[in-house]
Amino acid sequence: MPEVLLKTIGLAKTYQMGEVQVQALRCVDLEVRSGEFIAIMGASGSGKTTLMNLLGCLDHSSTGEYILDGIPVHKMNDNELTAIRNQKIGYVFQSFYLLPRTTALENVELPLLYCHKCRLRERHEKATKALEIVGIQDRAHHHPNQLSGGQQQRVAIARAIVNDPVFILADEPTGNLDTRTSIEVMNVFQQLHAQGKTVVLVTHEMDIAMYAQRHLTFRDGRLISDKINPNPKSAKADLLKLPKADAEETT
Amino acid sequence: MSILGILRIALKSLARNKTRTFLTMLGIIIGVAAVIAMLAIGQGAKKIVEDQVNSMGTNVIQVFSNFSQSTVRAGAGGGNLLNMGDMEAIRDQVNGVLYVSPIYNTFGQLKYEGKNWRTGVMGVDADFFLIRDMKIAKGESFHSSDVDNGAKVCVIGKTVADNLFGDIDPVDKIIRIRNIPFTVKGVLEAKGQSVMGGDQDDTVIAPYSTVYTRLLGHRWRMMTIIVSAVSREQIHLVQQDILELLQVRHRGTTSEEFMVRSQTDLAESANEVSNTMTILLASIAGISLLVGGIGIMNIMLVSVTERIKEIGIRRAVGAGKQDVLLQFIIEAVSISIMGGILGIFLGTGAAKVVSNAMKWNVAVTAWSVILSVGFSMAIGIFFGWYPAKKAANLNLIDALRYE
Repeated sequence: MPEVLLKTIGLAKTYQMGEVQVQALRCVDLEVRSGEFIAIMGASGSGKTTLMNLLGCLDHSSTGEYILDGIPVHKMNDNELTAIRNQKIGYVFQSFYLLPRTTALENVELPLLYCHKCRLRERHEKATKALEIVGIQDRAHHHPNQLSGGQQQRVAIARAIVNDPVFILADEPTGNLDTRTSIEVMNVFQQLHAQGKTVVLVTHEMDIAMYAQRHLTFRDGRLISDKINPNPKSAKADLLKLPKADAEETT
Repeated sequence: MSILGILRIALKSLARNKTRTFLTMLGIIIGVAAVIAMLAIGQGAKKIVEDQVNSMGTNVIQVFSNFSQSTVRAGAGGGNLLNMGDMEAIRDQVNGVLYVSPIYNTFGQLKYEGKNWRTGVMGVDADFFLIRDMKIAKGESFHSSDVDNGAKVCVIGKTVADNLFGDIDPVDKIIRIRNIPFTVKGVLEAKGQSVMGGDQDDTVIAPYSTVYTRLLGHRWRMMTIIVSAVSREQIHLVQQDILELLQVRHRGTTSEEFMVRSQTDLAESANEVSNTMTILLASIAGISLLVGGIGIMNIMLVSVTERIKEIGIRRAVGAGKQDVLLQFIIEAVSISIMGGILGIFLGTGAAKVVSNAMKWNVAVTAWSVILSVGFSMAIGIFFGWYPAKKAANLNLIDALRYE
């Protein structure tokens, strides 16, 4: 059995909204092993975004423990969390979050800029390779506004994997994409998974969750089910079934 | 992340908004240009004053009767006039005096073969030329024997020579001053304009004895005394001794009745004027720099708000608060330093224009350049700090979700 990569014990988050305390996440215990492909599901308000913020070290938990790759993250200060975000986690967001007026290559290089060890030449090599993995190297010198949604999301995925993180955290990565492009993006995730990457996907769409191996479902801040997906769909096969698009993608 | 990397990011984001960046810089450009130009012009003015004062001779002290302080008793010639006895006393009794000469000032119509010129005539001792450091361009000056004999000889300035003689060599020619014939013994080397703007070459210098008897007649014989001290350090002491001596010799006078002025006094009062001007203009320049700095802060605040999302993305993928802080400070400092450098060029240009127009030797000094670059950098850091701090302290999740 592969090693445990993420482990939370009694993880909880309470927000103060004026007079009212909102318990966004109550006592979550979960384990993710290296190489898993997980979908975190739930309706809006279920706490999945809060969980994602905590798992992604974007926010501090109120109580509970979170151990990432053997590191007790809940004990860390802002600067240490910054380093963890940079070294251990790759983010993919719903609306891509690429820097405007900056080329795809430079966007992918961004995490490496904040990593002290990386030299310029190495940065270019790593970023180019990441773009090759997601199959968009021919667009390296385009700006985000010259790319389609699917292409932008691929650039974002390239940015997520460029630092060779221990897991990829994707927050509704297909939320802004049409069906075909969504499946294409899921195909990229499945390929990365096949190469051994751990992927944590946050989504509310069952269709998309079906590409993952394990489903964690949340409601009202609680983990209510943790099931293995008995037969995950193959994005590659689904793509072949779809009628041929007019063009691959328009820019 | 390295400073160089952050610098690249900062410059890139400034380059995206060229017009805005330039307009933001403008305040600093104008401020620095004003500082540079003002300092250069101030230095130039100071240098001119110094040159002029030096052209008056070395370690010169002038002694006058101060009529405005003795108005009650002073009808024409009624004040406490200096006399030859005073001059001799200064020469013989005051330590540290090198040369002494009386000066009688009058004026007269000069004539040479039908050409006329009206100008001031100075009656002085032969030592006057040494005191005032006057050089003879043609011929020679008169000697103390000419003074003793009351010889009708004179030395003329270049302006006088040009107007009376044109191309003719004036040496040994006879001119008439108020119809009395004087032999021109020499022509002075040209000195140009004085501090007060008068033409120093429009003058005739003759032995004081001759001027006294031939030209002044029974008119008001007002005399001033010009003294040179042996060294710069002695000037002040000599001034004091002269004043004390005069008070002893003219019983019952107050210290205000005689003025003993050295060229350093003159230089000081001239410098005071130029310093006041420089301070005034420099404070205007300073205000302009301050306003420029506030402009930078304003734009940086707008820029932070505009780029909240970018800050969120950078923070999410691993930029620390320090990185964000540095990025925005470096942006502000880049604006101010670039503004400073452009301002130096503009200010140097302005100083050149002024120097050409006024025929001043305006010099932009290295330290004024260093001062303005340093000052504009400080402005960038000072006014960039608050917006940068604001950017660095944004809540990460809020920044990331900001629409």
